[in-house]
Amino acid sequence: MSAPDPMAEIRASFFIECEELLEALQDGLEAMADDSGDLETINVVFRAVHSIKGGAGAFGLEGLVRFAHRYETVLDAVRSNTLVADGDAIKLFFRAADHLSDLVRESRDDGILPEAEGNAILTELDALLGDHGVAEEDEAEIEFQPLGLSLDLGLADLPAPAPARFTIHFAPEPELYETGNEPYMILRALAELGSCEVTCLTDKVPQLTEFAPEASYLKWTVVLTADVQEAEIVSIFEFVDGLCALTIAPIPSDVPAPQDVSNDPLPELPEMPDLPDLTPPPAPAAEPEPAQPPAPAAKAKATPQSAAKSVVRVDLDRIERLVNLVGELVINQAMLSQSLESSGLSPHSDAMNGLEEFQRLTRDIQDSVMMIRAQPVKSLFQRMSRIVRECSAAVRKDVRLVTEGDTTEVDKTVIERLSDPLTHMIRNAVDHGLEPTQNRLAAGKPEQGVVKLTAAHRSGRVIIEVSDDGGGINREKVKQIATDKGLIAADASLTDTEIDNLLFLPGFSTASEVSDLSGRGVGMDVVRNAIQALGGRITITSTPGEGTTFSISLPLTLAVLDGMVVQVAGETMVLPLNLVIETLTIDHSNLEQTRPGLNVVRVRGEFVSLFDLGVELGYRSAQDSYLDAVVLLIADEGGSRAALIVDEIQDQRQVVIKGLDESFYRAPGIAAATILGDGQIALILDPSDIIAQAQGSTLAIAPNLMELTS
Amino acid sequence: MTDPKSSAPVELLTFRLSDQEYSLDIMCVREIRGWTRTTPLPHAPSYMKGVINLRGTVLPVMDLAERLGLPPREHTDRNVIIVVKYEETMTGLLVDAVSDIIALTSADLQPPPDAASAGGPGVIKALTLLDERMIRVLELSEIVPTPQSDAA
Repeated sequence: MSAPDPMAEIRASFFIECEELLEALQDGLEAMADDSGDLETINVVFRAVHSIKGGAGAFGLEGLVRFAHRYETVLDAVRSNTLVADGDAIKLFFRAADHLSDLVRESRDDGILPEAEGNAILTELDALLGDHGVAEEDEAEIEFQPLGLSLDLGLADLPAPAPARFTIHFAPEPELYETGNEPYMILRALAELGSCEVTCLTDKVPQLTEFAPEASYLKWTVVLTADVQEAEIVSIFEFVDGLCALTIAPIPSDVPAPQDVSNDPLPELPEMPDLPDLTPPPAPAAEPEPAQPPAPAAKAKATPQSAAKSVVRVDLDRIERLVNLVGELVINQAMLSQSLESSGLSPHSDAMNGLEEFQRLTRDIQDSVMMIRAQPVKSLFQRMSRIVRECSAAVRKDVRLVTEGDTTEVDKTVIERLSDPLTHMIRNAVDHGLEPTQNRLAAGKPEQGVVKLTAAHRSGRVIIEVSDDGGGINREKVKQIATDKGLIAADASLTDTEIDNLLFLPGFSTASEVSDLSGRGVGMDVVRNAIQALGGRITITSTPGEGTTFSISLPLTLAVLDGMVVQVAGETMVLPLNLVIETLTIDHSNLEQTRPGLNVVRVRGEFVSLFDLGVELGYRSAQDSYLDAVVLLIADEGGSRAALIVDEIQDQRQVVIKGLDESFYRAPGIAAATILGDGQIALILDPSDIIAQAQGSTLAIAPNLMELTS
Repeated sequence: MTDPKSSAPVELLTFRLSDQEYSLDIMCVREIRGWTRTTPLPHAPSYMKGVINLRGTVLPVMDLAERLGLPPREHTDRNVIIVVKYEETMTGLLVDAVSDIIALTSADLQPPPDAASAGGPGVIKALTLLDERMIRVLELSEIVPTPQSDAA
């Protein structure tokens, strides 16, 4: 503790490890919940909690240790088959895991630990043990129950709860020393548990001439007398697991004073024949005991497994740099190929063949680098399963979350920014999507509702779907609400899709009463804005009586943008493709002037303000005539629309996004830049900024039905 | 930058702007590039020429003459962009032509009389004489605005 910095670093890495352990815990619990788990599963679950406890102990995180310890005790009971983990128990385990992750987070942020909730869960956990007869925490007493009973045998003069005794053989491997461990520390830790009798076996120590300084010659035999469980002893050796030969054996308990132990065990045995009438009591004690030794063994087995899939933690900045460099490489390669092509080289020349190879390699490198940033959506989905649990409990519905494709990889930033909208959608699905239990039963559906969360790659994009098996969108009601709120005209005739899309209008809420969960004024419009900000799209499909599916389509990475390349006043510019609704040409029939200087274009009965992009950007003055001009109809995240006049549409392509240094000057209407194949920089437009900046922006462009139809 | 009172050696990159000679501490110069077409930024101040592609980085370029308030003039092929780095910001400065690299000691630099600062206070850090020609030493921190200081 003298140097706070290394400690802080270790502490930070402990919390990173906690994240992984919590993930493993969730995985294990899920496997247990759908019965796909095997014996190893509960071990994994147990170990996860145990390791968190161990680490937390090292950092003096009392609250975390306390909770983890009792949680672990219950899990241990499951592991040793004294407790059957039924559905309710697993639900409780999930809640405990959620609470544990809260505790970890609060501990990390030095926040206030939610004691009350923890205590409630602990009470339930303890009750679980109580219900199932043998409380694991009483194991210690039970184990030595024979002793209590042996009072009958006239041994009443012994101290009643005699401490347990263990023989520990500890033989360090050279690796133990190499990793900086110190047997003395371990022995001291053992001594803290109870009274120790330590024998050092020095028979392996060679003559000085043969002595290898790095070899490990010493072995220890410890006879420990302490009122502890074997697991506690094992945990002392946790850090040297696999680095030493270790056996821990309990010594039968009906032996007298610890000091005589080394001589006495055998002479004591003749008394054993008295015990047969006691066979029933030892039985439960015997059961946990054999279950204990496998634990270190399983651990030893798991360690090489996790070592096989080695993981490197890399600073995100370094990856950023690599991504940037590869972006440059791609641009450079495009420039090179452009200049080679224009130099009139034969397409079969060596240079051109080499270039082709170079292009393929560049593409591969780009894909691989993007993959470094990619992460499986699993962590996100696990967070969602918690949302489902909490939220189904709040509205008292029985809901199961089914996830699919949680190994699908998406850019890290996308995952981070997807959390909020997805949470909202999941809550919506549970609260509004699924009908109340009695309605489900009446409709002949199983009582348990299912919310399905899937992720998949489809043609260069990531598709994430949230679906429920609820009643589907009540289109009558949706239309009624929209009419009442003045969002649509009362006599508007809308298709089903149009009605579904009304949900995305700002200020829309289908729940007639506001519940705890949703209806906090954050509507689907916010979700859609968040998705669009990520360059994504969101669509709804709904079948009455069968359910609703929200489908999000996202780009694989934020470093690349699908853009429409246009020409404006001699400059090449890029518009994000997901905001372009349609393109049209101006003619006499659709151009109108509302007042001098402000034109509108009529698109299927709607008027949309018309701006000359070149003028808005200050590149040129207004033209005399806009007849036959090319117009892009765009909508920003908020649903505002505008028609932009451009000179020419050149291409649709993916462009690498380059940030603009805005320290001197922030250009209005410009979001970023990209580098074209000829090495020139093209600016990427920020349409919402343009719409807001545009001269005609005093005219509110009310969201209306037109944008919903497209 | 160097303390003018000491006699530490200073190397300056000298260049011309509208027949006047200016210079910059060579330590802040990253590279010198030939003139390439810039992509203009909308509604930018006139001295902001736009951005260019510097090996994959988007580099803002400003016309140093206009930035200092000198009259605008035609660009020729001899125009070059001096890429400078001030703190963490890279900027391109468009100048008429690069002349020379001169080595001086700080003792050769004189603080400018107040009235001599053409582009406002502090832009000219020092003056020096080279073959009877006056060379203005620019204070880069006054030219390259730090974040927020000059947001138009």
